[in-house]
Amino acid sequence: MSRASLTINGKPHVVDVDPECPLLYVLRDTLAMNNPRFGCGLGQCGACTVLLDNRAVRSCVLPVSAAAGRQVVTLEGLGTPDHPHPVQQAFIDTQAFQCGYCLNGWVLTAKALLDRTPHPTDEEIRRACEGLVCRCGSHVGIFAAVRRAAERVRSAALEAGANGPAPAAHDGMRSA
Amino acid sequence: MAPGTGQTRREFVRNAGGLLIGFSLFDPSVSPRAFAQAPAGAPGTGAPSPARLDAWLHLDPDGRVHVFTGKVEIGMGVETGFVQIVAEELDVAPDRVTFVMGDTSLTPDQGGVGGSTSISNGARPLRNAAAAARAVLLQAAARRLDVPVGALEVHDGLVRVTAHPAMRASYGELAGSADLRETLEVTGSGFSLDVEGGAAPKAPSTYRIVGTSMPRVDMAPKVLGTFQYVTDVRLPGMLHGRVVRPPGVGARLVRVDEQAAKAIAGYVRTVVKGDFVGVLADTEWGAVRAARALAVTWGPPADAFPAQDRLYDRMRAVTPKATRETQAHGDAGGALAAAARRVEATYEFPFQSHATMGPGCAVADVRMDGVTTVWSGAQKPHALQRGLAELLGVPVDQMRVVWVEDAGSYGRPGFADAAADALLLSQAAGRPVRVQWMRADMTAWGTKGPAVVCDLAAGLDAHGGVTALRFASRAFSGGEILYLPAKADNFLASLLDGMPNRSGVDEFVAWGSQTPPYAFANLQAVAHVLAPLHDGASPLRTTHLRDPEGPAASFAVESFIDEIAAAAAVDPVEFRLGHLDEPRARAVLTAAAEKAGWQRRPSPAKGTGDGAVATGRGIALGTRNGTYVGTVAEVAVDRRTGAVRVTRFVCAHDCGLIVNPGALRRTIEANLIQSLSRAVKEEVTFDRNMVTSVDWRTYPVVRASDVPAAVEVVLLNHPELPAGGAGEPSSRPTAAAIANAIFDATGARVRQAPLTPVRVRAALDRVSA
Repeated sequence: MSRASLTINGKPHVVDVDPECPLLYVLRDTLAMNNPRFGCGLGQCGACTVLLDNRAVRSCVLPVSAAAGRQVVTLEGLGTPDHPHPVQQAFIDTQAFQCGYCLNGWVLTAKALLDRTPHPTDEEIRRACEGLVCRCGSHVGIFAAVRRAAERVRSAALEAGANGPAPAAHDGMRSA
Repeated sequence: MAPGTGQTRREFVRNAGGLLIGFSLFDPSVSPRAFAQAPAGAPGTGAPSPARLDAWLHLDPDGRVHVFTGKVEIGMGVETGFVQIVAEELDVAPDRVTFVMGDTSLTPDQGGVGGSTSISNGARPLRNAAAAARAVLLQAAARRLDVPVGALEVHDGLVRVTAHPAMRASYGELAGSADLRETLEVTGSGFSLDVEGGAAPKAPSTYRIVGTSMPRVDMAPKVLGTFQYVTDVRLPGMLHGRVVRPPGVGARLVRVDEQAAKAIAGYVRTVVKGDFVGVLADTEWGAVRAARALAVTWGPPADAFPAQDRLYDRMRAVTPKATRETQAHGDAGGALAAAARRVEATYEFPFQSHATMGPGCAVADVRMDGVTTVWSGAQKPHALQRGLAELLGVPVDQMRVVWVEDAGSYGRPGFADAAADALLLSQAAGRPVRVQWMRADMTAWGTKGPAVVCDLAAGLDAHGGVTALRFASRAFSGGEILYLPAKADNFLASLLDGMPNRSGVDEFVAWGSQTPPYAFANLQAVAHVLAPLHDGASPLRTTHLRDPEGPAASFAVESFIDEIAAAAAVDPVEFRLGHLDEPRARAVLTAAAEKAGWQRRPSPAKGTGDGAVATGRGIALGTRNGTYVGTVAEVAVDRRTGAVRVTRFVCAHDCGLIVNPGALRRTIEANLIQSLSRAVKEEVTFDRNMVTSVDWRTYPVVRASDVPAAVEVVLLNHPELPAGGAGEPSSRPTAAAIANAIFDATGARVRQAPLTPVRVRAALDRVSA
């Protein structure tokens, strides 16, 4: 056991765990957070996705020690019910999912993609999402949501540009 | 039980006097819905009697409506459809209606979810109960306002005198004086349970809420991360469990050595019951490590399975366990013998896995001196209550199952088995236990959809007319593991403990129920069920997987119909219409063809020998319990590699009255993509004694790059008809539509699913040979 200092959704946490313990179990078990979710424990499906310094990573295969001192953002930290992140709002607007168990992967991967590539082609969306599984087959709704999110992020940026300096990012993250 | 009151629901209802509810059943200070519905150790009461109106519906003084249903949400949005149906009948805004689903102490037993029946059957008693409640409330308002009921109208839970709108009373105000203990007339049970009160439901022509694309009530909470799945149930003092399965089928436990596990932080103990082995730890990571570290010695496995490439030969060679003739019209044998031409083909469909996104999770809190509570996402909670009670050896009323949503389940995956695992581990530990299955527990050891072989023959006359058709299926039973987990003997843990499975049934792949209603003068259909490859705890034990037997039967029959059409040189749409009387079946075919811009001509397309990439289109029909689906697939086939890309789906869908077109469209799209996955990718692999599909690499499913660029859904609404099922029917025709499109593109017929590049390449070679 050893002590690890984590920053999760902008808040500091100190946990006393096996440094090899995957971040997923620290979030879900030690810290009793409901997101991300366990899907395979093998890094093959993406249900356990978190943002680590704004990159989408698989928390089920990431030792907690590798997250120490870096910014971890989970689905719950992306937006709030009162102020959903534009990417979340797009997934809600399009009613993208069936059971939704996989959605940490899709929403956070879309967020990271759009930060990197604000105007993705359909091909780029698919490539970014190729490592994710949605067993229900909600892909049609998901792709529609990512396209809509791109429009939302774009219009939000335009609006911010027209109204002076952008307010502090409400998700508390720096862009990659 | 109502949280914080120490009352059971029944006591609560009795004390509260019918409709009056002095407090909310939902305590907002207890955040997880699971806790709110069922504090651990709550007294068991059994399911409330469906004969009482207040078993279905409660009203808060603030006008909020709580509805209780034994149906559950498995990802397709049915809860939202229920909200719309109840809000419509009661004349309240949908946001006033909340549901309690699948709690065996709080909700009537409606058989849980299955057979695409939640809207078609399951919503009926909800609608009727809501209509009855509205009538009771109007009578109470008439008494209070001293006017006849006919003088009243209702807008969003506010009853007004039509001629004097200032004379009014809200549902909340009326709650205290309306008596919802009204007795309802009950018919049927399980899926077909229905109730009727004195009031008739509204005419569909007056609907204002049903038929609109209301956003799903669960979507925003899910996307925002505030939704709680069964994986999020956490109890005080709860241990984490993991199971350790045998390395192969039939391998018996020899010895367990805990020494290495004891060195792991948090390790508590190992539990052994027959060949069932589980570890407990006070942290989840401790349980994962302990399961890996535990030194378990197993005896040799049995070589119970054939080599994979011999499976279908074996299925044809063995003597069937049971046989049933499902159709016999005219003299098919004689007509086939006399036919000018015969078309014969055989089709093969593999074992497939539910491979649920979350691999199965349950929490059990066993109280031998009281009521045991189990939280599970299994889609038939009342059946699970009976099965777990029998497994624990307690009366049913000392077992409470609280359904909490898990990942999409598509039938009977391992969720009920995970619940049994948690129950046994909690019983041994004397503490609450959460069992999270790992990926291989689901993909390798979860139940499977059965492998199916179908042999078909048709006789044609000199003009290409069909004179006879013969169908024979050979399949493992979709009921080996009964779809109802209502008996102790069909849980995986029980089988590992040596309990014989006596609750299994023979389920046939039958012409008729699983195939379109084609009319042929001479028709014979026979179905054979085969004995399991291994009795007992087999990783190839078979059960219901979305649209049980439908995709396999449809792959065979709808491919074969296409083969006959090609032999007769008739356009595939034309040919089907020529043998179908059912107007709704004809309509979906026509609508799909029209939307797809279908060119009427026989398959294969001319010039199929040209080019590196061949393109083509195929159609198939699916009919299921009054729902009709016509699907067109367009494909591009790489001749060199055999790789097939589906470039477009067009699906015309008629399930009668549409409750929520937006949610329906998404469910159909997802059905198309999941059935695409099953058609082109999914096949459980195995060696002589073990399933070798253990994860997403060894059991591949569709990924983003496999999804067609165009997926178009045409909804045919029939407000004059009852709402039918939509959870499964559009899974049915997909594989055949794709196989027919490959044939159209290349002239090559692939008769073994999934339609992998190797199989397509081999079929191309047969054409050019």
